[in-house]
Amino acid sequence: MNWNSAGEFFAMGGYGLYVWGSYGVMALWMVVEPLLAQRRFSAARLVALELETSGEWQ
Amino acid sequence: MNKLPRFYTFAAPSRFYRLAGWTVPWFYAVAVVFALAGLYMGFFVAPVDATQGNAYRIIFIHVPAAWMSMVLYMAMAGWAAVGWAFNARMASMLARALAPTGAAFTFLALWTGAFWGKPTWGAWWVWDARLTSELILLFLYLGFMALVEAIDDTRRADQAGALLAIVGAVNVPIIYFSVRWWNTLHQGASISMTAAPSMASTMLTSMLLMTVACWSYAFAVVFVRARAIVLERERTTEWVQTLLGSSLEGAS
Amino acid sequence: MNGLVAILMRDLRLASRRPTEALMPVVFFVVAASLFPFGVGPEPAMLKQIAPGIVWVCALLSSMLSLGGMYAGDYSDGSLEQMLISGTSALEVAVAKCTAHWLMSGLPLLLVSPVLGLLFGMETDAIGVLMLGLLLGTPVLSLLGGVGSALTLGLRNTAILILLIVLPLCIPVLIFGAGAVSAYEVGLAPTGHFYLLGALLLLSALGAPLATASALRISV
Repeated sequence: MNWNSAGEFFAMGGYGLYVWGSYGVMALWMVVEPLLAQRRFSAARLVALELETSGEWQ
Repeated sequence: MNKLPRFYTFAAPSRFYRLAGWTVPWFYAVAVVFALAGLYMGFFVAPVDATQGNAYRIIFIHVPAAWMSMVLYMAMAGWAAVGWAFNARMASMLARALAPTGAAFTFLALWTGAFWGKPTWGAWWVWDARLTSELILLFLYLGFMALVEAIDDTRRADQAGALLAIVGAVNVPIIYFSVRWWNTLHQGASISMTAAPSMASTMLTSMLLMTVACWSYAFAVVFVRARAIVLERERTTEWVQTLLGSSLEGAS
Repeated sequence: MNGLVAILMRDLRLASRRPTEALMPVVFFVVAASLFPFGVGPEPAMLKQIAPGIVWVCALLSSMLSLGGMYAGDYSDGSLEQMLISGTSALEVAVAKCTAHWLMSGLPLLLVSPVLGLLFGMETDAIGVLMLGLLLGTPVLSLLGGVGSALTLGLRNTAILILLIVLPLCIPVLIFGAGAVSAYEVGLAPTGHFYLLGALLLLSALGAPLATASALRISV
């Protein structure tokens, strides 16, 4: 174990801003990107579904 | 000869769609597991660095992001080339799905690089060889994405994108070496295939665990996006309509 | 070969009928480079130091600006299609167009560069190094630009697209072209840079027309 307390962990020996600034943005993106991709998928599915129900494609 | 058809089978959008559908959750799961392992090792097992203090821990996401940015570009160019050469639109769709994730990893490599550079080199940005090459790689990604978006005719867009990606891929080594010649501030390669790594083994292990995590994550996100692109392009085909029709009737 | 020469002469003739349009890259080159002292200050030592970089970047940008017109005019009135089906190979069209572009933008830039060199207080021999670099490098810009131009035929916002696509590829040329002058001014021999520029020229001369021909077949 490297850290004696949670405070020490968040401070990162004074480099907290840099470490958490990096990890934070990375983590944020790795939540946002899957959501965006899923949203694109759902939207595409909806459009295709509408096409199906309207029977246009036949 | 029986093996060959099985290899090409996923060139059919319908089969890729189904394969991607069931593999995505597993890719996410693997990503989470490896990320947790890598982060645990990186923060709780790997020691403090003598010169850089705790700031060096950014390496556990910076290096994987940079590697992914390059791997994904090659994959994107490769699949785009396959799509062009064999007239396989699934390959072109996959190339388009790879681009945003690759560009994002490039941006993250630059961002984490800047946040690592500030405490270690004193400046938010330095024009050292690797960061500068990453920046140019980002431009290459953006160029690809801009070009395929600008062309309405999908076939022309796929082919033009493939040509651009190939030209870019050929240029990546040229750009890298000329930029490296132009300036070298970055630390020398810490990991090489033959030489022993110059960092503690716990640091190396954490970095490799995080790399696997990023790779698995990339597979997951790219596959979701690829499925979306398949639906967007193939929605008038019978297999899509049947698939969605049955999902309307069934519990889906 | 006949097709190639014919297309080349045609482009040059068309350009000679519109001299102002043909001279725009050069005018932009001079104007853009002249802006820098207003931005960074007129101190002679600093200007002399950044001169090669400025000249090269402005050369790059002015080459890029004229790329949009390489194929656009012929594409929009259908003559490009005619050229391609007439028996002239796409490769010949690509080479002819790139040569015409260089003759109308790269070469004039090269000839005007000494003026800029003097404006920035460069020594005459350093200007010589600059010009040799431009001689080797500007054709590469035209060659790579041809690929970008052919890929973006008929699209909206081609100027920005071409810039975004072609500029990253031209960065090595910029590095070695400007680097040659900087090395010379420090006392090092610029021969290495010239060899590398020559290598880039050879590579693009071999590869770019093929890529451009491919792009023409894709886009038309």
